[in-house]
Amino acid sequence: MSVVTVADEIRPTAAMIEAIEVFFDFGQTPALRGASVSIREGEILAVMGPSGSGKSTLLHCLAGILVPKSGEIRLSGTRIDTYPESERSSLRRDTFGFVFQFGQLVPELTAEENVALPLLLGGVRRNDALARAREWFGRLGIDGLERRRSGELSGGQAQRVALARGLVARPKVLFADEPTGSLDSLTGELVMELLVTAARQDGTTVVLVTHEPRVAAYADREVVVRDGRVSSLTPDLAP
Amino acid sequence: MSVPLTLLGLLEREPSHGYDLKRDYDTYFGRDKPLAFGQVYATLARLSRDGKVVPGEAEPGDGPDRKRYAITPEGKEEFEAWLAEPVTPEPHLQTVLFSKVVLALMLGRSAEQYLDTQRAAHLRRMRELTELKRTDSLIDVLLADHGLFHLEADLRWIDMTAARLPSLARAVAS
Ligand SMILES: Nc1ncnc2c1ncn2[C@@H]1O[C@H](COP(=O)(O)OP(=O)(O)OP(=O)(O)O)[C@@H](O)[C@H]1O
Ligand SMILES: [Mg+2]
Repeated sequence: MSVVTVADEIRPTAAMIEAIEVFFDFGQTPALRGASVSIREGEILAVMGPSGSGKSTLLHCLAGILVPKSGEIRLSGTRIDTYPESERSSLRRDTFGFVFQFGQLVPELTAEENVALPLLLGGVRRNDALARAREWFGRLGIDGLERRRSGELSGGQAQRVALARGLVARPKVLFADEPTGSLDSLTGELVMELLVTAARQDGTTVVLVTHEPRVAAYADREVVVRDGRVSSLTPDLAP
Repeated sequence: MSVPLTLLGLLEREPSHGYDLKRDYDTYFGRDKPLAFGQVYATLARLSRDGKVVPGEAEPGDGPDRKRYAITPEGKEEFEAWLAEPVTPEPHLQTVLFSKVVLALMLGRSAEQYLDTQRAAHLRRMRELTELKRTDSLIDVLLADHGLFHLEADLRWIDMTAARLPSLARAVAS
């Protein structure tokens, strides 16, 4: 059941995705207390802030993994937090891409099958999905690793496979939670360079959670989350 | 590290004798390098000449320390402007950053806001260096990296300090 109210209508906005006054609790623990952030199309936003401040929770709310207790999530002006789970699930599959700190590849699958996964889940035929997946190995400098199982990859290689998986379905928004958190500086930098280059080429909007200033420096703009609220440091610059 | 501006900041709390200024300066900012009395009085004389502070009536007794100095509106203005301005992001700024944070707390200002402004200035500089790295030669990359790592060290210090502001405020107030 979905009742369309005035507030639920599409509103004209320059934002690709935004959180408006979002509250979220884990049981008794408040994780977000009125968090608002707005990310323009094609923008790369770094989300920083102390441990436990609510960065991951904010990312999960934006991506429709968690549903806010109150407040709104809008994608191109359309409210998505009121979508039923089935529709949020298709958004996560078709419109959003994800990269996490520890790749989280499926160990039983080969690297190319891991990359193809979002396409397979989206109903693309196996051969087509694998062919599209393979294109990314060259693009991210990991050709030759297509048939390896994920347990046979180094952390940096696995993270590039995870990045390919996050980008293969050409998502509108890529959510990356500490994508370089488990890598050394040089490898982390390589992954960021690849992420930023790919995102810019494809016009992908990126929400990047990171502790590391040197990683955040790859973004166009940064916000800091403190106690479940977002404070913006850089004034909005015209795109 | 600017001695005149720091003394102005200390005077903004309340009119003080040279001796009090030296004691507070040494406690908070002069750990490695205490201020000589001569320098305190020379600085106060210069600030006084420039209309930033005024000496009060000489109090009875001996020695040079018989006057209490007070900050003037002009001095206040100069100090405020300095405090609000983020430091140009270059490596090794801890001393200046530290002085600004402590002075802001002593005066009951928002040190958090100051740290946020500084954080933004540092990250902006880091973004510029990162952009440079993406376009330039390996030599420039190495030079940019050196700057980036040092700016990052500053930023980590800024974050730690922001996290410790409540305890620092208590330490400074006592
Ligand atoms: N599954 C959970 N169950 C209960 N509480 C949770 C859960 N996940 C997060 N929290 C709490 O919610 C708050 C915000 O957590 P969140 O994971 O969003 O922080 P974060 O900023 O991502 O931290 P970090 O930098 O350590 O990853 C914290 O107080 C945390 O303890
Ligand atoms: Mg987290």
